[in-house]
Amino acid sequence: MIYILKNRILKGIVTKHVDRDLHGQIKAAGADLRRLIQKNFGRSLNLRQVDTGSCGACQSEIIAATNPLYDLQRFGINFVASPRHADALLVTGPLSKNMFTALQKTYAATPEPKFVITCGDCAQDGGVFKDSYYIQGQIKDVLPVALHIQGCPPSPLEIIRTLLVFLQKEEQKSV
Amino acid sequence: MDGSEIISAVKKVFPEFNPLSAALDYPDELRIKIQPQDFKAVCLELHKILSSPVMTLFAVDERKRKNVFTVIAVFLNLKQGQWVSVEMDLAPENPDFDSLSRSIHSASLFEREVWEMFGITPKGNPDLRSLNLHDEVWPQGNFPLRKDFKAAAGNLSEYKFNRVEGSGIFEVPVGPVHAGIIGPGHFRFSCAGEPIVNLELRLGFTHRGVEKLFEGKTCAEALTLAECISGDSVFAYSSAFALAAEKISGVCVPEKAAYLRGIFIELERLYNHAGDIGGIALDVGFSFPSAYASLIREAVLQLNELLTNSRYLKKINAIGGVNADIDAAKQILLSRSLAKIKKDFRELTQMLKFSVSFMDRVDTTGTLIRKTAQDLGVVGFTARASGIPMDLRKHFSGVYRQAKFKMATEEGGDVLARLNLRFTEFAESLRLIEEFLSRLSRGGEILTPPQPKEAAALGYAEGARGPVLCWLKTDAQGRIERCKITDPSSHNWQALGYAVLGNIIPDFPLCNKSFNLSYPGNDL
Repeated sequence: MIYILKNRILKGIVTKHVDRDLHGQIKAAGADLRRLIQKNFGRSLNLRQVDTGSCGACQSEIIAATNPLYDLQRFGINFVASPRHADALLVTGPLSKNMFTALQKTYAATPEPKFVITCGDCAQDGGVFKDSYYIQGQIKDVLPVALHIQGCPPSPLEIIRTLLVFLQKEEQKSV
Repeated sequence: MDGSEIISAVKKVFPEFNPLSAALDYPDELRIKIQPQDFKAVCLELHKILSSPVMTLFAVDERKRKNVFTVIAVFLNLKQGQWVSVEMDLAPENPDFDSLSRSIHSASLFEREVWEMFGITPKGNPDLRSLNLHDEVWPQGNFPLRKDFKAAAGNLSEYKFNRVEGSGIFEVPVGPVHAGIIGPGHFRFSCAGEPIVNLELRLGFTHRGVEKLFEGKTCAEALTLAECISGDSVFAYSSAFALAAEKISGVCVPEKAAYLRGIFIELERLYNHAGDIGGIALDVGFSFPSAYASLIREAVLQLNELLTNSRYLKKINAIGGVNADIDAAKQILLSRSLAKIKKDFRELTQMLKFSVSFMDRVDTTGTLIRKTAQDLGVVGFTARASGIPMDLRKHFSGVYRQAKFKMATEEGGDVLARLNLRFTEFAESLRLIEEFLSRLSRGGEILTPPQPKEAAALGYAEGARGPVLCWLKTDAQGRIERCKITDPSSHNWQALGYAVLGNIIPDFPLCNKSFNLSYPGNDL
């Protein structure tokens, strides 16, 4: 216990250590975003991540986006354990034939209203794997994809930034 | 070592053995060519003499040039730091060979793979269910790694799970979509009351046909693909692939590049081990140390980015060396960052070790005893945590020998042993990076351009999980004919099924995290 207390006090709030310019940017946008998410999604935007054949780097960066430094949760964006609890699916990886049914079932299990976000170059068009015999096709041909986050893998800041911009645009549309 | 002593050792027990050829193509690689009828006996003997599992076993479609299928089994000679491969040619019509799997368990999954990818029958293998090409989506009779493969229609079927029967037994199916942010796999638990009596793993969900994609590419193009096989072992994969390509073209990597590679691969180990330790803490609900570990992991990833512009060390390795130098300014940055990481890591260690309830959860949980680990042919840190001293960094000469690398092992084989091993290896990696840094010369070449050549070679690297192998064959223009990738996870997934027996399902995530196996590396 003593070690936990000691380190809790010594570390303080680490979120502010992210790149200074960016931190201001995120903080400003984050306030809007929070308000937006509160209004449109009933306080929080819940994402369910589905891996359809990725190498794991995208997941690794998504996990990093939830670490205390980037703290995606402070904007009201959470990752949930079941599609039943989700507002959107976050899909990574090219679409392996073996995951085709699982992806469709996961989408079907997500309650309306729902949308799909793809993350990483493979999820867009198959990336380096697109010519393979075992790639089913593009995710956007199977599910209605509302947003794509680019990168191989996209860094946590890119993930946060892309989500911010997207949600702001959605807000403008609805106004 | 010219390998003659290995052949005479086999001859002692198997007098009529007469290899077609035996050649030391590279100092670390002995190739023995034999008749198919000798295959099983020779492999069994090598397995005993070298006490090595089948490190990899695969087929090559040589029908176009030689009208044969070649099957190659690779063993590891730990004492000499040498790979011993056994090759045989099979007839192109209805090819088959004697299965090793009843005597050497580590061969069984490889044989299933050879069957599903090439349609070569391992005679006597008791289980030829498909691994990566799922019956529900892949028509029977399609063998994608044959050179003349064209997708054809065929029957679909359904995978048959093993079934535990008896009163009170119930099944819990989990996956392929899991609760966490993690890869897909299907786990089927059979339980009697709380304890798990059987766990069957069905993997292959992230199969992307990587090995086929390699074919026809130049080595430089293929390096990018190798980096996309397993996202948290990018540098281990690129190192193994680059080494194979360098052996083929006869390029010697400049000394400075060898040290730089050493630094980068140890950085990769640091962020993986820190992430795993955090994951273990998280899976028992101990959130503060988990968050703390994620900061250490993030610190290493950011350090990677500062040094190379890539958090996961992509596009740093090249055939013949590396693309990124660590200059004087970066050296200072690296040393300073490491000092801070070291301090934070010490705090993390204390937090975990002084928490009685945490230690109680990890102690004796998910035990993989040494005998089982040996029988299954487990490799990498999972093997070391079960008391098997095996680490490619120790057995092969190179920068690690100069840095006096100390291999760590644990005896327990439980989650605690795997945790403690990570603590020790993390500290050793920090020391190694410092050591490599101090030997880094100012200036000097970091890249020697390779020459294309027709040959085959085995590349290898000890990644964070264990040995990553890459067997590569190129044609005269330097285009890839076959590339066989073997991830340590493909050896170790089965071991997880044994480690959880007698444990309860709520401890499964903990056991799973302590192994931290790769889905994409296994599924390819």
